[in-house]
Amino acid sequence: MLRLSLGLVTVFAFSVIIFSTFSFLPGDFATEILGQSATKSAVKALRAELGLDKPPVTRYFDWLGNVFQGDFGSSFSGRSKVQGDQGDRSREVVGLIVPRLKNTLFLTGVAAMLAIPLSLILGISAALYRNSYYDRSATGVSLVTVSSPEFFTAYIFILLLATLFPVFPTISNVDEASTLAERFYRTALPVFTLTLITMGHMMRMTRSAIINILSSEYIEMAKLSGASRYEVIVKHALPNAWAPISQVIAINLAYMLIGSVVVEYVFNYQGIGRLMVGSVYNRDLPVVQACALIFASTYVILNLIADLIGIISNPRLLYPK
Amino acid sequence: MTSNKSKELLLEMKNIHIDGFSDERWHKILKGVDLTLHRGEILGLIGESGAGKSTMGKAAMGYTQPGCKIIKGEINFNGIDLAKLTEFEKRKIWGTKISYVAQSAAASFNPAHRLMDQTISAANRLKINTTDVLKKDAVQLYESLQLPDAENIGDRYPHQVSGGQLQRIMTAMAMSPRPELIIFDEPTTALDVTTQVEVLSAMRSIVDKFNTAAIYITHDLAVVAQMADRIKVLRYGEEVEEAETRDMLSNPKEEYTKSLWSVRSLIKPEETNEDYMLSIKNIDAAYGSSKVLHNVSIDIPKGKTVAIVGESGSGKSTTARVITGLLPQLKGEIIFDGKKLSPKLEQRSKEELRRIQIIFQMPDTAMNPRQTVDEIIGRPIEFYQGIKGKEREAKVIELLKMIELDETFLDRLPSELSGGQKQRICIARALAANPDLIICDEVTSALDQIVQEGILKLLQKLQKDLGVTYIFITHDIATVKAISDEIVVMYQGEVVEQGLKSKILNPPYPDYTELLLSSVPEMDPDWLTNLLNKRSS
Repeated sequence: MLRLSLGLVTVFAFSVIIFSTFSFLPGDFATEILGQSATKSAVKALRAELGLDKPPVTRYFDWLGNVFQGDFGSSFSGRSKVQGDQGDRSREVVGLIVPRLKNTLFLTGVAAMLAIPLSLILGISAALYRNSYYDRSATGVSLVTVSSPEFFTAYIFILLLATLFPVFPTISNVDEASTLAERFYRTALPVFTLTLITMGHMMRMTRSAIINILSSEYIEMAKLSGASRYEVIVKHALPNAWAPISQVIAINLAYMLIGSVVVEYVFNYQGIGRLMVGSVYNRDLPVVQACALIFASTYVILNLIADLIGIISNPRLLYPK
Repeated sequence: MTSNKSKELLLEMKNIHIDGFSDERWHKILKGVDLTLHRGEILGLIGESGAGKSTMGKAAMGYTQPGCKIIKGEINFNGIDLAKLTEFEKRKIWGTKISYVAQSAAASFNPAHRLMDQTISAANRLKINTTDVLKKDAVQLYESLQLPDAENIGDRYPHQVSGGQLQRIMTAMAMSPRPELIIFDEPTTALDVTTQVEVLSAMRSIVDKFNTAAIYITHDLAVVAQMADRIKVLRYGEEVEEAETRDMLSNPKEEYTKSLWSVRSLIKPEETNEDYMLSIKNIDAAYGSSKVLHNVSIDIPKGKTVAIVGESGSGKSTTARVITGLLPQLKGEIIFDGKKLSPKLEQRSKEELRRIQIIFQMPDTAMNPRQTVDEIIGRPIEFYQGIKGKEREAKVIELLKMIELDETFLDRLPSELSGGQKQRICIARALAANPDLIICDEVTSALDQIVQEGILKLLQKLQKDLGVTYIFITHDIATVKAISDEIVVMYQGEVVEQGLKSKILNPPYPDYTELLLSSVPEMDPDWLTNLLNKRSS
């Protein structure tokens, strides 16, 4: 309960930071749209229409109140800019974000489903055969993948799997009409990239968590009471490793989501990361704020889940004295 | 206990050589030790740390720790040479034919599983009895080990029961598959003396009941005397001597064996002083919301030694933390040499800090591993007395001589010193501040008997020469007899009594002091039997 409320406080604090950061950015949307030569009255009118003339504190609470009702406001761009313009072209932020968010969740979800089991298996086996050639090469390669930035990894994949050996497309264009198989095919390269950049970290941490536990006295005790190698790992080591492992997975899933900003840009994938980059470019505040808030909440939620797993897997916390 | 209950040989280990790899090279841990054990017999294996007794005990199962290997030797168990078996074959013997009881039960139970599941896991592997039968049997074992609530205690997790109970549950776990041999590896070393008595008697009766053979490993001769039919003394990986328990106690042949109980022969004549160095009055202290000290008042006479004794959790180390200012008290005051000390460390003057020094239990963790002896001792000289350069170096060497070391130690790192030498350096570091009061927090409990004796003698000599006052925190009554003038007995955060050594250690006792003193094992193989008879009557 305490954790949950702390999580809420964190998200709230994030919302303040996000809002104030963007509010204090130099320049505003009105001058950006109307250009340097705009008259003062025109700028003023647009500011009034967008609500930019109100004091920041009022604007913040208006925004927050609406967010609680699931309304992230309307996007600045696409609003009826000039009086008498035909029709209302304003776009709701929610309508803008939801399909993109789905795309991003699809991308990261597939990458996670590939990365998590793979890194657990690699990590555990590396711990089992510690200091073997297998272990050394696995930890070595993982260090390389962790250290290379995502755009670099992405371009390497494009070079290998799209240019030299054209197996997958370089541009991951998907829309509502794409079938699942098409989606898998088109997103293969960004999925590989995200998998690779997070797997190294997860694998290394799993390995060290298991090694740490394998040197504890209850493992020696288990061996001395005749437990087989498999039993030692699965029954005695793993149940005690879930807490650290789930922490690392949470951090990496969050990292994956943030990494998707770059990866989506590189592969021109219509996800939330790409939307956010575009909106920052346009000074489209409501959209940027909403995206940032979504990223922040995901971070908090993932960490909460990891904490929860830590508690459930540890009888010390589950059943106090 | 009768010796050699049967003449049927169970285990015969011949000429065991084991090497261990550490610090980048191979060391010899065991250099050709023999061992024989008959069915139903208990053999005590005794020696100081590094003697190889634990390695020998594990080798009896055909097991070596990671980084160790058996170089040579035969381990005949029931006619099978364990040294020649594969891992897979050995696993069929481990836990079922030979089981193992480890030193630290708290660390040796898997925290993620319930106690009952762990108790019957080895027996379950045999697939002779169903889980239900095994569980019923385990409850009976719990009962005969006098565990409270035997019916339900198995449903708990390891962290939910006390250390003494865990050790008994581990004995039940070892007994569950009805092995032919149990290895007890220092099973009571981590326990308080009052708990140790209960665990020892429970173990002894259950081993007797099922007529199981056992190897009992310990560094405490008095403990092993209660358990074993025969005792083997090891040192530096070699056998010193082996004899029937009674013969060994009444007539040890080797000089080394005699030295194993040397601290017990050290006794200091008591003196007291009406002039107090330190008085703490009505102290209450707490860690967070849990209160650990209740209205504690202690007077420490100038130039004398006051021993604070009690079990773990009695508040003796907390008292030390309050005196040094590491844990500010909630209530009460500390009068040091006639002046009131402020509770918080930050508010005390440098001079006040200098006059009270502390020496810790674990010299390994109390020293910076990257500093040389010169830096470790020189730093307080510079800090408190402002002495630098040549003069400082002369002072460091003087201190080294005081602790019976010399200038060749100046450039050594803590890792290049033995346990006893490390503790000596810690003493020198405390002396470097030229203090009036030194708090010694279990300073000898991590050390071997002979080394302990040396440290205690050194502390006494320093007191005579320099007139320092000691507060000596310990749970070991032999140490108390050896060093103290006055004794303070603590129990659950309260002072039970304070007085001269002769008064505390002689009747009449308050109930708790009596329990504490009577639980200290004596060099008499009948001690435990007599004690249990006396307590039950």
